[in-house]
Amino acid sequence: MDFLIFKAPILMVQASLDGILLGILFALIAYGMALQWGVMNIINIAQGDLVILGGYIAYTMYLAGIHPAWGVIVSPIIMFFVGWALYKLVINKVVDRDLFISILATFGIAIIFQQLMNFIFGADVVVAQSEYGTTMLFDNSVTLPNSKIFSAVVSILYAIALVIYMKKSRLGRAIRATAQNARAAKILGVDTEKVYAATFGINAALCGIAGALIAITLTLHPYVGLPYTVRSFMIVIVAGLGNLPAVAISGMGLGLFEEFADYILGTEFRIGAVFMLLVFILVYRRFKLSKKREYLK
Amino acid sequence: MNKLTKLFITFISAITLMLSSMSSSFAKVDGEYIVLGAAISLTGKYSSNGVHTQNGYNLAVDRINKMGGVEVQGKKYKFEIIYYDDESNPKRAAQLAERLINQDGVKYMLGPYSSGLTKAIAPVTEKYKIPMVEANGASRSLFTKGYKYLFAVLSPANQYLEVAIDLAVEKNGGKPVRIAQAFEQDAFSQDVRLGILDAAKRTGSEIIIDDKLPKELNDMAATLAKVKATKPDVLVVSGHTKGALTAIRQIAEMKVDVPMLAMTHCDAAKLSKQHGKKSEYALCASQWHKNLSYKDKFFGTGKKYDKDFKKEFGYAPPYQSAESSAALLVFKDAFERANSFDGDKVRDALKTTEMQTFYGNIKFGPGGQNTAKPMILFQVRCKGDTCENKVVAPTKWASDKFYHPIPKWSERS
Repeated sequence: MDFLIFKAPILMVQASLDGILLGILFALIAYGMALQWGVMNIINIAQGDLVILGGYIAYTMYLAGIHPAWGVIVSPIIMFFVGWALYKLVINKVVDRDLFISILATFGIAIIFQQLMNFIFGADVVVAQSEYGTTMLFDNSVTLPNSKIFSAVVSILYAIALVIYMKKSRLGRAIRATAQNARAAKILGVDTEKVYAATFGINAALCGIAGALIAITLTLHPYVGLPYTVRSFMIVIVAGLGNLPAVAISGMGLGLFEEFADYILGTEFRIGAVFMLLVFILVYRRFKLSKKREYLK
Repeated sequence: MNKLTKLFITFISAITLMLSSMSSSFAKVDGEYIVLGAAISLTGKYSSNGVHTQNGYNLAVDRINKMGGVEVQGKKYKFEIIYYDDESNPKRAAQLAERLINQDGVKYMLGPYSSGLTKAIAPVTEKYKIPMVEANGASRSLFTKGYKYLFAVLSPANQYLEVAIDLAVEKNGGKPVRIAQAFEQDAFSQDVRLGILDAAKRTGSEIIIDDKLPKELNDMAATLAKVKATKPDVLVVSGHTKGALTAIRQIAEMKVDVPMLAMTHCDAAKLSKQHGKKSEYALCASQWHKNLSYKDKFFGTGKKYDKDFKKEFGYAPPYQSAESSAALLVFKDAFERANSFDGDKVRDALKTTEMQTFYGNIKFGPGGQNTAKPMILFQVRCKGDTCENKVVAPTKWASDKFYHPIPKWSERS
């Protein structure tokens, strides 16, 4: 079993493609997190649970006989309003407060969401079938599930749409202005309250899309939200706030890193390796920052 | 109201509270009722299996009470269960066990759902010398700690898939096979893994892939790519319902061809319903199946149990319910043989249990595990779009022939 990946190089292609496709999906969730973190200075612990809720919306459609892929359109619409309502009920009370309070508040929301989903949808692990089939490359030795390709394409399309929206639309400009300086934006007539609500809604909608994609590519369960939160948190830390290309690259990079860690170190160290990388990056960044400071002195 | 009166009132209410909780502390046998205690996951991540467990217990209590109850020293008694919700949380389960024993005065316990929670409760019941018959904790480590008051009606986890390796060797003309395995890193799945290691050693088989899946993982693509590259004779997967569903989804999507696929938790995952034809030919370990020919006078055969359970609860009983019902039959038998309510006498009677129930034969080994009942394997087989689980091993109980090897994906419609 020693380094199978070097004995069979075709596995490298497989691992790279798997990692990139999954990474793109994670990058979408991370982008939502980066957006509302940057604009509102809130770290949303309930991010993963919003994703799972979006997944359950697609799953409910699947149960009703509608193809679950339509979830990528229906789910974000519903989730936008869920996000909006969440903002009005809870988040607006913590938005200008200490970061710690917002973490506590969203942690509470996460628990409530988990229990509600457990109550409504049950504690069973569920999947929605897309029946998209498989693409085979290199004489059948590399296989790509079409559902994963579909999810990557949808993620990219939505990301592009969002970037354009942020650049061109009035609300998008208002959001960017608020992110840069909320007070100045307010003075210049931006309704920051509305901007915050919309930002949280957009974040929830992005989670909804990712959730619907996860329903057809992976599995759903009321309590698997946290790994998605952690993953997107990591991507954002590596990429920084409000920088979509960086988020996309760091998402894919993490996906790749994870897949290769699996082959080289073993499956049991897959998640551990990612955490090690995170520690390394944080230390490296600190090191770089301190050097900069000395230079400024 | 001055300070003194306040203090006095507090004192009085404290005393009343103490007395009120004491009055129920002789509840082990309350009038004509034998009171059993159980902490069960009614909410949280184990809630669906927790409910299956509770339904199994309740069905058996009803049935035994209706059919005359338990006869001890010439008097008829009925069963009653005090339930608490442990929220799928081991710490909470241990607290509730203390509460059942100290506050509610329960002298006999039924097990919770899952190995993890049983592990949390067993030290408590052991400390207070309370006999516990459990039906849903299969982890081998439960039976190696020298517990004296723990009895499990189910086969231990290491036996789950051993049969599958034997079957693979048999199909290979008695020659050793190459095994690929992927197990989640939790107590139960790792015990299943130990069983496979034993079986591999015994048959001289080689383990070529041995992946340990992290708990958070819901993507097995890397493991399956390795399987594709190394072409083992048998692939073994155990990672609860999530593992089973993920494995089937990705094996089908990645078109992984293995001659034999063995897993756990297929019926809990409703594999044949959720994945339909994609799950065909998967081999699954199970504690029980309704078609087995065991019998008892309370539930009759497995088929009859299946029918009665469906009538009562509106769904087919998973094995978690069947084994839970069996736990009550064991208790009844032990009380009658002990002919006493003394905890140690009941324990001694439990220790010498040797009986047949609709769920299987029950006889406890030195560690408390059931040694009289083999695990069974069923295979998912489909006709058109409806898939069913057919018992294929051991041969004594097999209703259908084991289909081997699994046809290649390119040949499957």
